[in-house]
Amino acid sequence: MLSSRFDYHRPGTLDEALKLLAELDDAKILAGGQSLIPVMKLRLAAPAHLVDINRVPGLDAIEEGDGSLRIGALVRHNQMVSSGTVAGFPMLAAAAPQIADPIVRNLGTVGGSLAHADPAGDWGAVMLAAGASVIVRGPRGERELAMTEFLVDVFTTALEPDEILTQVAVPKPSDSSGGTYLKLERKIGDFATVGAAVQVELSNGTIARAGIALTGVGATNIHATDAEASLAGAEPNKAAFAEAGRLAAAATSPVADVRGSAEYKRHVADVFVRRGLVRAVEMARAA
Amino acid sequence: MQITITVNGSERSADVEPRMLLVHFIREVLELTGTHVGCDTTSCGACTILLDGTPVKSCTMFAVMADGREVTTVEGLKTDALHPIQAAFKEEHGLQCGFCTPGMMLTGVALLKENPSPTDDEVRWAISGNICRCTGYMNIVKAIQTAGRTMVEGAEAPVGS
Repeated sequence: MLSSRFDYHRPGTLDEALKLLAELDDAKILAGGQSLIPVMKLRLAAPAHLVDINRVPGLDAIEEGDGSLRIGALVRHNQMVSSGTVAGFPMLAAAAPQIADPIVRNLGTVGGSLAHADPAGDWGAVMLAAGASVIVRGPRGERELAMTEFLVDVFTTALEPDEILTQVAVPKPSDSSGGTYLKLERKIGDFATVGAAVQVELSNGTIARAGIALTGVGATNIHATDAEASLAGAEPNKAAFAEAGRLAAAATSPVADVRGSAEYKRHVADVFVRRGLVRAVEMARAA
Repeated sequence: MQITITVNGSERSADVEPRMLLVHFIREVLELTGTHVGCDTTSCGACTILLDGTPVKSCTMFAVMADGREVTTVEGLKTDALHPIQAAFKEEHGLQCGFCTPGMMLTGVALLKENPSPTDDEVRWAISGNICRCTGYMNIVKAIQTAGRTMVEGAEAPVGS
């Protein structure tokens, strides 16, 4: 399959990339290309210009400092899998090896996946549950957007056409925390039928904060805020988890497709949130 | 756009449209047809090549993105004799129709470089982005492990043996 024709640009610096975005009409950023190229081949996207940022230095680092993890825009999924730094963020570490397949993970990027904003993308749910934000650069300077503001609609983010996502910032959870990512897929590499990102911070045995978000069950990744609120200050027990699962499932609006009925997906969301909470609390207690 | 890619050790230059996929550059411009197009949707791994030693799906990369970089295709494996992974796929009957084989072998080579004696699970995990529709996975796993053993023995063998 061939995409539509486009002009190709390969800036050597971030400033050059920003200048190109400001000057060109209908330009898209090309990073790993593992989502963009397939949609271009299917002619679901036909940008007039591609700005390839793969040779822009300084965007491929994973760093921890000032209480947060900083993931550069060109960090590949497999860097997340093998990073010792990411291992300190168990929900992220659980999600990374479940993204796409091992070969796609060599090219695909965390930043690109978020900017693509596919509701079946896994990182969106993980970053919502983590309370993460994205750092965005444009001609008007730099701004930081919470994931909740960043994800607007299906394939739509708050990124302006002349802006580049340069970094993802993930706050470090407390020492008494745990988290995981559960994903139901027909086979490795398929989109999630349902995914659930769950993170819990304990304080004196009760839940201080819970982060819960879902994949594949709405027009965006769903941030299950009612479920999170129900857990704040709660005893971590079966009844609390069941209520959180029920509230999370109620926040979804799945669509029936080849992967399952809406009812089935809603049920899986409920079960995954409960299972995820059990696992996250076990980890938090062991921490 | 004028590009130069080092393919199997030789610099190859051509003037290509930016939308040309790397797999089409390899197959149609360079006429190296060992790299296959299977699903054309980033799912099957038949088009897997090594880009600077790392396996990638060449149907999901534009050729211009590989400008100035090194590509290894299945044709680059054989030197005077078969590469140990090719010999092992032959020995262990690691192929039936052969369509997935180039991708399987290149993914296998990249795995063995990191992990010369992988377990069954490690091999299965590494090749989970490569699909064999003959479902000959048992022998593919064995072939990759056999190649690993040959390569370790080869590396340990005294010079001239």
